[in-house]
Parts: sequence; C-alpha cells; structure tokens
Amino acid sequence: MSDLHLPRTAIIDERIQESPTIFTLRLRFEDATAQEVFEFSPGQFNMVTHFAAGEIPISIVNDPKDSHYFDHTIRVVGRVSEAMSKLQPGDRVGIRGPFGRGWPVVDASGRDVLLVTGGLGCAPLVSVIHYMMKRRNQFGHLHILQGVKHSNDLIWREQYDAWAREPDVNVLLAADVVTREWHGQQGMVTELIGQLNLRHGRTIAMLCGPEVMMLAAIANLRDLGIADHQIWFSMERNMQCGIGQCGHCQIGAKYVCRDGPVFCYSELADLMGAKGF
Amino acid sequence: MQQSAKIERQPGFLPRSDFQKLLDGIVQSGYQLLGPVVKDGAIQLMQISDVTQLAKGLTNEQQPGHYRLQQTAGERLFDWNHGPQGLKPLCFAPHEVLWVEQKDPLSFTTRLPDVKPTAVLGVRGCDLSALAIQDRHFLHAAGADPHYRQRRERLLLIGIDCAHSAESCFCASTGDGPSVNQAVDIGLSELDDGFLVWSGSDQGEAVLQRLDLATAQTQQLEQMEGQTEQAAREQQRQLPKPEELIRLYQRLEHAHWQQVADRCLGCGNCTAVCPTCFCYDTQHEVSLDGLSAQNVRQWDSCFSASHSSMGAFKVRGNILSRYRQWLTHKLAGWQEQQGRIGCTGCGRCITWCPVGIDLTKEADAILWEGSLDE
Repeated sequence: MSDLHLPRTAIIDERIQESPTIFTLRLRFEDATAQEVFEFSPGQFNMVTHFAAGEIPISIVNDPKDSHYFDHTIRVVGRVSEAMSKLQPGDRVGIRGPFGRGWPVVDASGRDVLLVTGGLGCAPLVSVIHYMMKRRNQFGHLHILQGVKHSNDLIWREQYDAWAREPDVNVLLAADVVTREWHGQQGMVTELIGQLNLRHGRTIAMLCGPEVMMLAAIANLRDLGIADHQIWFSMERNMQCGIGQCGHCQIGAKYVCRDGPVFCYSELADLMGAKGF
Repeated sequence: MQQSAKIERQPGFLPRSDFQKLLDGIVQSGYQLLGPVVKDGAIQLMQISDVTQLAKGLTNEQQPGHYRLQQTAGERLFDWNHGPQGLKPLCFAPHEVLWVEQKDPLSFTTRLPDVKPTAVLGVRGCDLSALAIQDRHFLHAAGADPHYRQRRERLLLIGIDCAHSAESCFCASTGDGPSVNQAVDIGLSELDDGFLVWSGSDQGEAVLQRLDLATAQTQQLEQMEGQTEQAAREQQRQLPKPEELIRLYQRLEHAHWQQVADRCLGCGNCTAVCPTCFCYDTQHEVSLDGLSAQNVRQWDSCFSASHSSMGAFKVRGNILSRYRQWLTHKLAGWQEQQGRIGCTGCGRCITWCPVGIDLTKEADAILWEGSLDE
C-alpha cells in the first residue's frame, strides 16, 4: 500500500522571481519514473514540503502536457513560503500530489469562458487560462477579468497584453487604487462583469479570489442569467493532508482538498456566505 | 442508520469461575490483552492477565459533566458502561510519527508503528460502531492509511452487551447498542452466574476452542435478551432521526447556537472523548542537530482556534462557529460522507463536558425550537 502521507523528493531546476514577493519554482521528481507518470489537471495542487519548515498546499501552474517538469508559483505569506523563497536551483523539496479536483475543462469545451480573478496569488486560474490559450480552438470566446487592490500589484502584465492581442479574447483589468500609467479601470473586478455581453447558455464562469469577491461575482452572474451549474470557483481552506482525512478543510460534507478545491456553485450554494462556515 | 439484522449468536456458557480461562486462552493465542481496569477513578483499557484486575462490582454514574464509579456488593465484572476512551487511541494514535526526513540529501522515510497483536476485552456496541466509522474514514480506498491499518489489523475484539445504561447513554436511538450486534471476534453477555460466549471470526473461534463451553440454556438466552431490552428502556435521551438531523444545515443562523456558545468553553473535551472524531494536525519536529526532522501526527479538535486557520485569518473565529461545525458535521455532514451519522450514542461528550452540554438537547432545540434568526 502506498503511503499518501509520504513526500517524494523533487529537484528545483529553475527559480523565477515574478515580483518582490512572488516566485516560481520549476521542479522535477528526482525519480525519473515518478516524473514520467506524474499527471495533473489545471486547478489541482501539490503539498510541498520544505525541510524542517513544514508543508503547504500549492497549485500546479504549468501545462499538463509538460511532462519533464512542473511549476509552482508561490507568494510569501508565512513561515513556510518564506523559507521556500530562499531555495535555489539544485535544492530539493518534498512533494505529495497531485490532489483535488481541478477546473471543468471538459465541460468548458466548446463554450465561452469567463475567467474572473480577484487579487494576487490566484495561480489556480492562471493555470487554466494558459491551458485554454494553448488549446484555443477547443473553447469559444474568452473573457479574462483581473482585479487587484493597487495597480502596481499586477504581475505578468505582458502576459495579459499578449492574451488581449489574441482573437476572441477580451481582457479587462481593474484596480481599487490606480497610478497614472494604469490602462485598466478603477474599481472592483466584479463591476466589470456587468459590462460584458455574455451569451448565456454558452458561457461557463471560473472564479478565483477572496470569498467576498466570488460571492459578489456569483450574484452578478446569476443576475445575468448564468445558471448555477455553469459557475465554478476555487475555494481556499486550511488544507493539511490533501486526501480528505485530517478534517480541517471541510465545508459541510465536502472536503475542499479532495472534493475541490474547484467547486460548482450548485454544490455549495446553501453554505456559501454562511459566516464562519 | 438503523442496525442491520441481528448477527446470529450461537453462544455457549462459561461459568463465572472459569472466566480466567478465557483470558488465559487469549494470552496463550499470542495476544497482549487489554482489559477494563479502574485507573484515576475511571474505567480505562490497560494490559491485564488476571481476572482480579477487572472492575468487579462497579457501576458508573454518568450525567452531564459527571462521572463516578460506585462499588456494589455484586460479582459482575462489566456492570459499568465505559470510561473516557473507546477504541480510538488503539488505531488512530493520539501522537505518532508518520515519517522522518533527512536534510542532506533530502529524503523521506515512512515510519510504521511496531504493533503487537492486541486483544481488547469488554468492547461496547457504541464503540464497535464507532470503530467501523473510523475504519471507513481511514481505510477508504483512495486514502488508505498504513499507520491506522497496521494497528487495526492486529486487533482482536471481545465485545460485551450492556446490561444497564448510564444516564448519558442513547445508543438505542442511534441503533448502535446496548447489545453487541456488530462484527466481533468474540461476543460476551454477562449473566449472574457466568457468561454467554460466542465467536464471530476464525480468530475468535480459535480462542474459544481452548475452552470447554457448556450449551446455553433457553432461560439463559432469555435473560441475555431481557437485560439488553431493559438497558434500552433505561435510556432517557435520544437523538432525532437522521432525516431530521440533516436539516441542521438549514438552521445555521438559529439563535440557539449563541445560547450554546455562551456555555461552551471551547475546551475540546468532547472531541477528545468522541470515539469517531478523526481530525488531526501534523507538525515537523526538528532534531537538535538540525539534520533530521520527523513529521508527527496528533489529534486535533475543531474547537481549537488553529483548526480553521488560513494564515492569520480563521474561518471559524469564535466558539459559536466551532460548536456549530462540530454538531453539524457529526449529525448531518457525516450522513453524506459515510451514509450514517457520526454519533453512536455513547454519550461521552455529555459526561466529559465540563459544563454539561448535551448534544441531544442542543440538536432538539435547534431543530424544533424558536425561529431561525430571532
């Protein structure tokens, strides 16, 4: 019996500093066979262990077809991610995964997709945008909405510009606080939803960000006639085991680490927004 | 979930004076034997070999926030109900190393427990059902836990009917007792002059082969049934039906949650004594030379502040939300996760709560009293 608690070692091949507090580690399993058989889908995550510091859940952001490596984009928010930020190429980490259910890329095939991100650290949604850009003919119109608190916070700006130049791709940016160079709008990302001409019946929505932002987005989407089962989002909870066992991440009967982190609104509609649940 | 059809018993009779032979048979079959003894004023499972170590003539008072053993002149060995712990610590260790890591080069190695075959004497129906619930949680196909399995596979279970109920017992309403209707290796029912004994597995049968059991008399079988029926009638508490409890999720804003939160200390005693609670936390413990570390799993509680932590933010920032999490999960969420409620009616959370909070009363109040948001 394999021990799902036990990490496997992976080597850092590359380290990219994305912003002052965000970095990407490009990794491969030390065991070549483990790397060969490693399969994941956008929105899934690994538990990443730093020697002695501890273990944290991190979304896998590269394309599932990249068979020789996998990428984790990490923001420094606590003790473990701080320790990880100091790792260099050649260093090793422990990896358990992939865990959870990713984005409904099969359901989304042939549809228009609205992708709404609030704030930073939304690697889960970036991974699915990359996925769709690489398989452009499988999806209809893409609306990419990104909101940040301060316009200087936005990372991967060239990426957004590149996406915007693609046919049938609509990129809208919003920041609460803006500087003069900002080309996006001022305000909240959810306010952008009302400006869209969404074809309901054809549109599937994918959301990532703080729960209040996602709740506001869901309300807007429902007003526009998007059905509950076409609204998907990635939830964040205290995830420690990754296998629906340690109990911390439960929302009602769902384990976020195993049944999510990507959920359909119709699965959690009754419990979303209940304070402290 | 109601219990499935009664497991067929074909008991033999073991006179009280021969009970030591059963203990000897278990030990001679290669098991370390854990039995109920009195320690620190409560029934606890300890290693035993002799019948004189057992809790003879003792009954228990168990009420909200109250546990006392009482000595009687009786000869019975199992006239009490249970102590603070069921079988949980024997399979789901309160504190154990899952793996060790070396720093240079980084490597990880599983650390499996070294467990002797262990026989447990005097397990109650509520605790057998709780073990089945924990088995489903820790041994389900996707996430089978090798540490849990290592311990679980080495257990020999000797169940016993309850001839009386404590005041905080309500297993009849959850269908988990007072008689042992679950799978056991050996089953017992205590009568005045001895025990009815039956086997439920090849391992149990192998132990019983060592004894010279007499044929059980009809009158003895009737006494066995009469005792457990009496024990069920003694129960004053009951839980609402599962299909009613599922409605707790529609009552998340009920005013009574605050009423419970005002009494609850958030101490986590209920989750520590609950035989089904499974939450755990893992910590890295680094060696003094800094060259190795071990990943340690220990019981956690949804009443702890850190249970719902995401960085500095806590999803459940107050006692109300923590009690609500515990009760809704135990009585409603578990039904979707496992097909039955996560409570087997043992009543320990009532007995061992320092302020005597009673989940049967709280569930009743939230389901049936008052408006949703007054």
